[in-house]
Amino acid sequence: MEIWSTEIRQSVLLTIELAAISTVILLVLATPLAWWLARAKSWWTEIVASMVALPLVLPPTVLGFYLLVLLGPDGPGGWIASLWGDRTLAFSFEGLVIGSVVYSMPFVVQPIRNAFAAMGERPLEVAATLRTSPLRTFWTVAVPLARPGFLTGAVLGFAHTVGEFGLVLMIGGNIPGRTKVLSVAIFDYVETSRWREASVLAGLMVIFAFVVILTMTLIDKRAARATA
Amino acid sequence: MKLFRTIAVAAGLLLAFAEAQAAQTNVAVAANFTDAAREIAALFKKTGHEAVLSFGASGQFYTQITQGAPFQVFLSADESRPKKLVEEGLAVAGSRFTYAIGKLVLWSQSPGIVTGEETLKAASFAKLSICNPAAAPYGLAAVETMKSLKLYDALKPKLVEGATITQAYQFVETGNAEVGFVALSQLTGQDAGSRWVVPQALYNPIRQDAVLLKTGAGNEAAGAFISFLRGPEARAIIEKYGYVLDGQS
Repeated sequence: MEIWSTEIRQSVLLTIELAAISTVILLVLATPLAWWLARAKSWWTEIVASMVALPLVLPPTVLGFYLLVLLGPDGPGGWIASLWGDRTLAFSFEGLVIGSVVYSMPFVVQPIRNAFAAMGERPLEVAATLRTSPLRTFWTVAVPLARPGFLTGAVLGFAHTVGEFGLVLMIGGNIPGRTKVLSVAIFDYVETSRWREASVLAGLMVIFAFVVILTMTLIDKRAARATA
Repeated sequence: MKLFRTIAVAAGLLLAFAEAQAAQTNVAVAANFTDAAREIAALFKKTGHEAVLSFGASGQFYTQITQGAPFQVFLSADESRPKKLVEEGLAVAGSRFTYAIGKLVLWSQSPGIVTGEETLKAASFAKLSICNPAAAPYGLAAVETMKSLKLYDALKPKLVEGATITQAYQFVETGNAEVGFVALSQLTGQDAGSRWVVPQALYNPIRQDAVLLKTGAGNEAAGAFISFLRGPEARAIIEKYGYVLDGQS
């Protein structure tokens, strides 16, 4: 039996693709959100922050249930899907991307928000006295200073999407090459007593998780040294 | 003295707990049999015992049982997995019997969509939901049906898989898939939508076997549940849910 079969290769590639695309979208959405959360002083800042953080606490089955309904033909997802002639966003790669973005959002927003908050007002004030435009200040002062936060957010967002299971199981439909990601493939192999394949994938995941955690620690250490 | 009393109370509680346990049995139930099993378990209570039910895909339970899952009775959706458990020494030889023969249905929530095998031939739907054929017998029967009709390759790109038959049903119920292969038992008591009961000639009979697991060999409640399942009351419920009983056809 070939261990590195097409089936396994397909699910590994699909997982990486899903995590990469989700991470890019997450960074694009999380950056302005984190900036606002770190700066705004309005009373509902923390309400929005709590809403973004909900997936940390909610079981994936809750999100899976809502998404199954929202992505379906009677929900907004069905309306979007109808734009290109589909009925539902469930069972599609796009549906998984939407699910992953919602599910991993807190893991990306939080570190970036912390990084923005930690730099304080001072660098921005200095930039303002030099008559730098706010947008330029953001790109040339705030973003470079918050770099460790962005790195942490990107790594966590990517890793969390790779590790996603319950949500994908509920809205994915287990389609090879489109929605059958690593975690679901492992579940499938275990369910059908194909333990050799399961152990290959599970082993890969352990190595991956280890690398992620090690990377995070190193980023933290470097950031601490840079500020010290 | 106080400590002694505490210990005595704790021991008493433990004993009471153990007693309650003795009248209880944990039953792993194939997902298609969910509603029927609930009804049977409710009636079973009058024997003084209690059956605690868990629902899932047969393949999933098989794997869990080989790993020492705390079930005493297994109601599979096929005969091969209970047979294998007997061969592997994990189930009591001679306890295996067919409690129901399942019927496969092609189902849609909307009226007029499913009319017969021509629905599959025309394939004017985007998604057809089935359950995982490797882990769930109804999924296998669905694949066999499509193969018998020589439509499997054509329909394959439209298939979405649920982990259990319950999920395959739910994909259709939420409208995410227009049609799906489900168990006739799941449609009991509802006439909405449209359906086609797949002719038996198109797939191998879904002989659903029950087996007493080795872990339940000394468990009174487990034995009682198996006998109850063979009895007239349980058989009436099983028939009501659209199953065929062994020995009739």
